[in-house]
Amino acid sequence: MNAEAEAAVAVSKKKFDVNKIREDFPILSKKVHGKNLVYLDNAATTQKPNYVIEKVNKYYTTMNANIHRGVHALSQEATEAFEGARIQIKQFINALGKNQIIFTRGTTEAINLVASSYGRANIKEGDEIIISHMEHHSNIVPWQLLCKEKNAKLRVIPVNDNGELILEEFEKLVNEKTKFISVVYVSNSLGTINPLKKIIEYAHQFNIPVLVDAAQAVNHLKVDVQELDCDFLAFSGHKIYGPTGIGALYGKVELLESMPPYMGGGDMISKVTFEETTYNELPHKFEAGTQDIAGAIGLGAAIEYVSKVGIENIKDHEQSLLEYATKQIAEVPGLKIIGTAKEKTSVLSFVLENIHPHDIGTFLDFEGVAIRTGHHCTQPLMKRFNIPATSRASFAMYNTNEEVDVLVSGLKKIIEVFG
Amino acid sequence: MNQELKELYQQVILDHNKSPSNFRKMENATKFAEGYNPLCGDHIDIYLLIEDGIVKDVSFKGEGCAISKASASLMTSTLKGKTVSDSEKLFEKFHDLVTGKLGENPDIDELGKLAVFAGVQEFPVRVKCASLAWHTMINALHNKAEKVSTE
Repeated sequence: MNAEAEAAVAVSKKKFDVNKIREDFPILSKKVHGKNLVYLDNAATTQKPNYVIEKVNKYYTTMNANIHRGVHALSQEATEAFEGARIQIKQFINALGKNQIIFTRGTTEAINLVASSYGRANIKEGDEIIISHMEHHSNIVPWQLLCKEKNAKLRVIPVNDNGELILEEFEKLVNEKTKFISVVYVSNSLGTINPLKKIIEYAHQFNIPVLVDAAQAVNHLKVDVQELDCDFLAFSGHKIYGPTGIGALYGKVELLESMPPYMGGGDMISKVTFEETTYNELPHKFEAGTQDIAGAIGLGAAIEYVSKVGIENIKDHEQSLLEYATKQIAEVPGLKIIGTAKEKTSVLSFVLENIHPHDIGTFLDFEGVAIRTGHHCTQPLMKRFNIPATSRASFAMYNTNEEVDVLVSGLKKIIEVFG
Repeated sequence: MNQELKELYQQVILDHNKSPSNFRKMENATKFAEGYNPLCGDHIDIYLLIEDGIVKDVSFKGEGCAISKASASLMTSTLKGKTVSDSEKLFEKFHDLVTGKLGENPDIDELGKLAVFAGVQEFPVRVKCASLAWHTMINALHNKAEKVSTE
């Protein structure tokens, strides 16, 4: 980096002011059980900034109309805003074209779309599909369904005790029967950042396409689909400060072109007769029916907001929170962190000796602290660590060290009561 | 501690969580069922020894939160010596208690120690924890082989 660029980065880093950021999120001033809300359940869903809320509000109050075929002014405005959101996503993940961005209801639907459309057309009896031991149920079950239908086999990349994928084992799993790989970029339960670039490079030596579940990645790291060279990438809006019920699937054009439609209906066709239907071009071929227009606009706004704050600034802030929290939480007697990978996002999963996560969750709630307790939709991973559940604190750009202190002192109080 | 929280985690519950009664596998059980709460991963096995319509012995194994463990512990000590039909009636009563159907002042006499679970009604997400052992016990009595799931 040249001196000028370095100076520019330094300036933009200085601009990150967590207190200013907090003012953008109205819910953060809420009281819970009389205490200040300390929201540490960001891996489940993030809170929304005013910018997103206002954009959704503005859509409904000033431009609500159905998109794409209306000739009137409102419809054109709505279409422009909806397609504008697609361009925001395209730029954010550095896709080549906006026709590679398909709106879905979220990561789950995006994965199901690929499993159902690409999978049914390409997977045959005896083929193998590789996933990992740290997948969310949404990246297990769609492939299981496909394997059952096609009599194919699901293979699983093992995880070491730190919660990292064992790459040598992955390479051993790949063989001539391997026809698809679907792996999570960042583990929702552990925070592990997986070496997706390496996995993709290896898979491509054998021409095996790779889907990246980026639900927990896009809000923490710079994700560049061209640099990764992934074949598909899926993420959800609500985990990146956008609305629920909206997400996106990125795919390589030649793959998307070759795939049959996922759902039939309006907007995904170019001509329909009772004898035959010709399908619309990308991305509309995969967007049957009226889309979640407000949701897409909200997602576009969320991406604008995140870009304005700067994903690098967010990453730096969250890494410093993780470092501080990891250090502070170590002072809690009998606490064990689950997930100690070298490369991690701001997720802190832990178990406390003899105290069940569910009790921890209820207790902390009365301190105003919202964390997640349970198996986090990763039951096979919990089994791998021989635990039924964990407590998980996950941090976002608006969290502070003071909030970490509230969490830690809450945990110490729990030990007094239950210990 | 907050008052509402104190009512949920009463000392009796904390004590039973720490050292549960009848926490053992029963080799000569005549009835058995597994209970599972997929929401939190709680898992409780219930063993019953029934002779002439009487609960001669009842025990449990498994893992769960303080509420589910204490509930299983108190249930086992309450049911011992009761008839099967009284046990079923008590299940109904207990269920009404934790779901708030008995109101603020439950009939303590009939519920005995179980009345400590009155605080659960303020925590709808924890009702399943308190009732897991009970549902499993009922399934064991009715010889339902399939796993009880509270979902």
